[in-house]
Amino acid sequence: MKFLSIVFISLFLIMQISQTVKAGTLANVKKNKLIKCGVSTGLVGFSAPNSKGKWSGLDVDFCKALSSAIFGSPNKVKFIPLSAQQRFTALQSGEVDILSRNTTRNLSRETNLGFNFAPVMYYDGQAFIVKKKSKAKSVKDLSGATICTQQGTSTEQNLAAYFRKHKLKLKVKVFESFEESTKTFVQGACDAYTSDKSSLAIFNVKFKSGFKILPEIISKEPLAPAVRHGDDQWLDIVSWTVYALVAAEELGLNSKNIHKHLKSRDLNIRKFVGATKGNGKALGLSKRWSYNIVKQVGNYGEIFSKNVGKKSILKIKRGLNNLWTKSGLMYSPPMK
Amino acid sequence: MNLKNIKNNLFKDYLNSTISTMLIIGLFYTAYYLFLYFIVNGIWNGDADTCRASQGFCWSFIRAKFQYILVGLYPDDKLWRPISAFILFIGFISYIKHPKNWSSKNFSYFVITLLLCAFLIRGGFFGLSLVDSEQWGGLLLTIIVAVCGVIVAYPLGVLLALARRSSLPLLKYLSILYIEFIRGIPLISLLFMSAVLLPLFLPEGVEIGKLFRAQVAMIMFFSAYMAEIVRGGLQSISNGQYEGAESLGLNYYQKMRKVILPQALKVVIPPTVNTIIGFFKDTSLLVIIALFDLMYTAKASVTDPKWVGFSLESYLFIAVIYFILCLMMGNYAKYLEKYLKKENL
Repeated sequence: MKFLSIVFISLFLIMQISQTVKAGTLANVKKNKLIKCGVSTGLVGFSAPNSKGKWSGLDVDFCKALSSAIFGSPNKVKFIPLSAQQRFTALQSGEVDILSRNTTRNLSRETNLGFNFAPVMYYDGQAFIVKKKSKAKSVKDLSGATICTQQGTSTEQNLAAYFRKHKLKLKVKVFESFEESTKTFVQGACDAYTSDKSSLAIFNVKFKSGFKILPEIISKEPLAPAVRHGDDQWLDIVSWTVYALVAAEELGLNSKNIHKHLKSRDLNIRKFVGATKGNGKALGLSKRWSYNIVKQVGNYGEIFSKNVGKKSILKIKRGLNNLWTKSGLMYSPPMK
Repeated sequence: MNLKNIKNNLFKDYLNSTISTMLIIGLFYTAYYLFLYFIVNGIWNGDADTCRASQGFCWSFIRAKFQYILVGLYPDDKLWRPISAFILFIGFISYIKHPKNWSSKNFSYFVITLLLCAFLIRGGFFGLSLVDSEQWGGLLLTIIVAVCGVIVAYPLGVLLALARRSSLPLLKYLSILYIEFIRGIPLISLLFMSAVLLPLFLPEGVEIGKLFRAQVAMIMFFSAYMAEIVRGGLQSISNGQYEGAESLGLNYYQKMRKVILPQALKVVIPPTVNTIIGFFKDTSLLVIIALFDLMYTAKASVTDPKWVGFSLESYLFIAVIYFILCLMMGNYAKYLEKYLKKENL
């Protein structure tokens, strides 16, 4: 019996242990011909698997864009689902190369946890949703109303702080799970429900419309991809992949038309598609890196609309996530 | 139960008759409602929108997610492999489950069967292509974790129990320390340790698969519980047996192997099966460290953009699976108890 268990354990060890030599992340990724991308276990619009294990979502498309930039193909990504508790260790220990998992950028994560965040992929914030027939037009009308929320997240603290600041009477019902709290709200046991705005959009899909989101946003949740401290080259690549997505939209390049711009006369576009060399080499990538991103994955607007925007089931408006020229916050430094 | 019985038991006097009638009406009403919900209004064909528009159970969700919930991301063209492994496993189990088929020869066949199943599922040599453990999922993964866990933890538990009753103080106290430590912490924290803490302590570049780490944690947990059950069995064997074995001149190993353990392990079969059922259900905790077990695939199915919001269908489906499997194990425990009583142990 003892012998058997030893045999089993050693068999498993042989199966499972894989030795990788740590070098720079880019070198590792190139050696493995694979980007290990940490995503959520399932959040509609950001990263969710279908029955065939095909992942889709905004966070997923970012990793695909990264793969296009490095390998010239969007499919060299391994998606590793991580729970909220696991995500940071997974990045610290090298289980994933990049964390693209609706994670809010803040000071303590950047310093204490030893991460660098790339530019923001999605500006989220806490909002309120009520039934369509409710009389409330803004959060100010919710004084004394019962508000449902999920336990243990910063949502609860934000809610209390906001109500205290505006001298509103707070009656809150806290639930352990998402399913439970949303169900209570839909059945009418609370007057409003609060959570990140992106996750409120699902209500109108799940329970056939009949809900409206109030205009106030009471917290800042800039969601950004994260990498480990101390690998500047990798951070550059990840950051400029975000910028390239935005820049493409600024320049009017998308997956349908970019091949027509290979011979463009516009200097910025020539730089972008690699007709004028320099950008790729500086990053340690091929000259067509940003061309490939847009050709294979799309620009930021396309990705947004496909996953969370008007072409998706969520139908979230661009809002803060629009280009700076359209009064949003998406802004790319010059790519030259 | 004949008519007279029914009358005597259910309609004895006015009070009883009223209660019975109300209960029967309630029962029929529930049955009617369930029939409406599952059959009449159930949607068998059609997409998510058809389902959302109807008031019934969305069978087409189950149809769409059936494969995913059962085997996870196992490649389509290699599906015959887990299926045949499953048939092989069930076939051998249904043969070996009768106590009259218990022998050391059959036990080694059992191990061979398991290795064969593992080979079928994983592949990697002799012409079968490799299917990485990350593609295992759903019920398949739950069964793998449960079976591996039991197979390794059971002998480990026996050894721990023997160590705890050993006369060597070092061995004894180490075993007590281990058992009490593991029993003192919840499984969930052990899983977190394996998933979150362990990778930080490993040397740079060494990576141990998530599944393997979780499997080890589950084995550690289960073996401690197993050890206590076996210890109970060892204590129930009278001193005469120990002394008798010693007076025959058997050494420690022979005494345990030939005399004590066969009796002790038989005595504790019912609690053992009970613990195994608990262990099987505990595998659903793997969901919190994002392993694709049955619970996880059910959860993830609900977040597929195409099928958002069918949580009732999804959870009901896996509840039925868990229920059937646990019921089968429970019935088996009952059968064993009865059989072994007949044997007059």
